[in-house]
Amino acid sequence: MAVKSNLTNMVLVLGLTCLFCSAVLGGAYVLTKDPIEKATAEKQNRAIAQVLPHFSDLEYNADGHYYKATDGDAVVGYAIESSTVGFGGALSLMVGITPDGVVYNSSVLSHSETPGLGAKCTTDGRFMDQWRGFNPSVKKLSVTKDGGDVDAITASTITSRAYTQAVANALDTFNAICHE
Amino acid sequence: MSKLRLIGDGLVKNNPTFVLLLGMCPTLATTTSAINGMSMGLATLFVLVLSNMAISALEPVVPDKVHIPVYIVVIATFVTLLQLLMQAFTPAMYETLGLFIPLIVVNCIVLGRAEAFANKHGVLESACDGLGVGLGFTCSLTVLGLVREILGSGSAFGWNFIGGGDGMLAFVMAPGAFLCLGYLMVLFNKLFKKN
Repeated sequence: MAVKSNLTNMVLVLGLTCLFCSAVLGGAYVLTKDPIEKATAEKQNRAIAQVLPHFSDLEYNADGHYYKATDGDAVVGYAIESSTVGFGGALSLMVGITPDGVVYNSSVLSHSETPGLGAKCTTDGRFMDQWRGFNPSVKKLSVTKDGGDVDAITASTITSRAYTQAVANALDTFNAICHE
Repeated sequence: MSKLRLIGDGLVKNNPTFVLLLGMCPTLATTTSAINGMSMGLATLFVLVLSNMAISALEPVVPDKVHIPVYIVVIATFVTLLQLLMQAFTPAMYETLGLFIPLIVVNCIVLGRAEAFANKHGVLESACDGLGVGLGFTCSLTVLGLVREILGSGSAFGWNFIGGGDGMLAFVMAPGAFLCLGYLMVLFNKLFKKN
């Protein structure tokens, strides 16, 4: 039943199979490249639109991993990418900060927190809403357990701490931008 | 052997999850909800049907000593194809299952059916076998996902019926996966196994 193996047919068959498969994948890569880029950009833009007030132009700064949003001549805010380590792995956020140093809003870009516990950082309304208009010069940026003003997600202090830390990092980036 | 019979066999007699016990890694990892389980099952079904067909078509020309490498290349090609397509057209689903899609390459079910069935049968029969086993895998994963979702999050297919709050979280996590799988296996054998 099976074909008897010799050097020629082994090299030939395996070589041709690989060649053909590479060609198929190359073609598929070219065909899906644009849709994939579009999907990634769309996701990024959705996250930015969510964390900033209305803007007309966006300028990306690759060094600081942030976007500067302007409406006409006025700067309306900065959307800053920030990541820390949560309970289950990297926790990465998009944090929008208005020029007066107040957090406009924040959203989770990716996380690997425990479902039903830490993963609530994307659904828990009470936790998420407190970032809207969070002013670090009035409120203390750490969870209540550590003596701050951030209400942690029930039973997920580590995730909440990581989230808070990520916002703090974004604010550091913002301060660095302002002092330039 | 009739084609319909082949599909039926994949669902019950050769059920990959509850009888053959193959592909346990994605089974345990992706069934946190019914939708996730079903998507993983369908992704595997896609690869299984195509790889079964390609392998049975290639069989007459593949030398015996290199048949495994050839199968792996074929399977890996289909998986990468699927990965690119999902990334492009269902980005949300890709995000949930992302890590487990490339792992379909090493899913024992795919290589197992290639070795045990596709290289001994015709293209059409192999496609039916792939469809049957793939559907078996999809159903098992959906049921397992559904049970875990109902117990663990108090919802079914994303529809929450306990009105907020949490279910028994352990069932969404790894220990619950083993428990549910074990009890479902008992139930499956009770229902279908003929002594």
